[in-house]
Amino acid sequence: MTMLASIALVLLVLSNIRLLGGSRLGTLIQTVAIQGVILAFLPLFAHPGGGLNYELLAMAAATGLIKGLVLPRMLTRAVRDVQVRREVEPIVGYSTSLLVGLAALAVSAYLGWKLSPAEPAVSPLLVPVAIFTVLVGLFLIMTRRKALTQVVGYLVFENGIYTFGVSLAYRQPLLVELSVLLDVFVGVFVMGIIVFHIQREFDHIDADKLSLLRDGESQEEHQ
Amino acid sequence: MAAIILLIFAPLLAGVINRAKAFFAGRTGQPLLQVYFDIAKLLRKGVVYSRTTTWVFRAGPIVSLAAVLCAACMIPLGGVRALMSFPGDFILVAYLLGLARFMTVLAALDTGSAFEGMGASREVQFAALTEPALLLALISIGSATGDWSLHEMFAVVNAHAWAAHGAVLAMATVALLAVLLVENSRVPFDDPNTHLELTMIHEVMVLDHSGPDLAFIEFGASVKFAMFAALLSGLIVPVRTGLAWVDASAALAGLFAVAVVAGVIESCMARLRILRVPQMLVAASVLAGVAILVALAQGVAP
Repeated sequence: MTMLASIALVLLVLSNIRLLGGSRLGTLIQTVAIQGVILAFLPLFAHPGGGLNYELLAMAAATGLIKGLVLPRMLTRAVRDVQVRREVEPIVGYSTSLLVGLAALAVSAYLGWKLSPAEPAVSPLLVPVAIFTVLVGLFLIMTRRKALTQVVGYLVFENGIYTFGVSLAYRQPLLVELSVLLDVFVGVFVMGIIVFHIQREFDHIDADKLSLLRDGESQEEHQ
Repeated sequence: MAAIILLIFAPLLAGVINRAKAFFAGRTGQPLLQVYFDIAKLLRKGVVYSRTTTWVFRAGPIVSLAAVLCAACMIPLGGVRALMSFPGDFILVAYLLGLARFMTVLAALDTGSAFEGMGASREVQFAALTEPALLLALISIGSATGDWSLHEMFAVVNAHAWAAHGAVLAMATVALLAVLLVENSRVPFDDPNTHLELTMIHEVMVLDHSGPDLAFIEFGASVKFAMFAALLSGLIVPVRTGLAWVDASAALAGLFAVAVVAGVIESCMARLRILRVPQMLVAASVLAGVAILVALAQGVAP
């Protein structure tokens, strides 16, 4: 089981790297979907003792369904609606992003092994990978201009927190986990609608231009 | 011993790549031994030196070949012993290759041609990204096996090591394959056949060399390819029986397999846009970094 969990975690790291280096929105969304599927399997592998119960299975199924299927579908639809294919001119370039990713990996390995978890973690990779995923998500939110890429960053960030929670999966009440999933679902749902409206209003979804918003006529001048 | 095998078979590997490419293109291709003939022919020829060049230009090929040969002495071929081996020798190998590249670049700059200067600039730019990938990949293998000399770390890569550290070794293999392709200016990073100024990197730097100098460069290039192929072969062919002949022939088969793989990649893939190359190299470094992380995690595990 530890072996399978380690493989899943390594795949998670590799998908994060793909997110850092990818420019096509389609690729990013596809990668986040893959992450969702990996995360669905993670609690099953990470379960100590090997016995499966219905709560764990239900959680895996719900995670896989929402993170692997529903959310990517919604994002894909948003991409189609706003007619944006690529993230052009990110604030930090792709090669630099990858280097930052390498640094983040080192930092999270250091932090992850410094923290001594109360529960023996299922795999020594778990905590570092969780921190790394959180950092990558935050980095995507900070350095990408398109609103949709930032939504992807938010999802990655949430995936990181979820990974962190896996170490406690068999202690965590099902209800809490499901309500978090619901929150994320609603969040992405709302963000999808907002992205669509931003695009309809301004003909682009560059979020950094929103910081220049003023009311009424000055806004028209800005356009 | 491994170094002797490498030196003998190095030009043959180049022939194997060419035959693999010819097979894909539906041609007969040049003879397998063509590179030996080329080198022999070049050695018998005279040398032409431009009047603008200085001693640096003449020293370039000689020092590069010497550095590459020294590095080859430390490369094991699977279970076959390297001539020299001490803890941390892979760092010396990386820097000997760096020295070889430095001299090639200096010689290219010495010609005073803008054309060669451009190639030199690209070569150095990509080398700065390749070197970390190479070192990180080797460190990841080292931390998985717990040995820090090239010979020792490759001597224990057997089927058992693959079972225990499969993920680490697989990622190191991919990173090393990327390093092999870029260091030897193969597709998808560079095209060894092109002489189009916008695309070529390595080939442009040696345009002004002739005669024995060019023979040295050709031989040095094929030895360099053989070195990286030997490292990869050590990873992908986990045969360590302890019987010298079995190990050597298995590793040799791996060597030719790597050459065929390089030929197949070259036939099936298009060259990357030059802007994408650094990104792929950084990705290779990151992959090797992940491999180190996983290897360390296994060390941390109770």
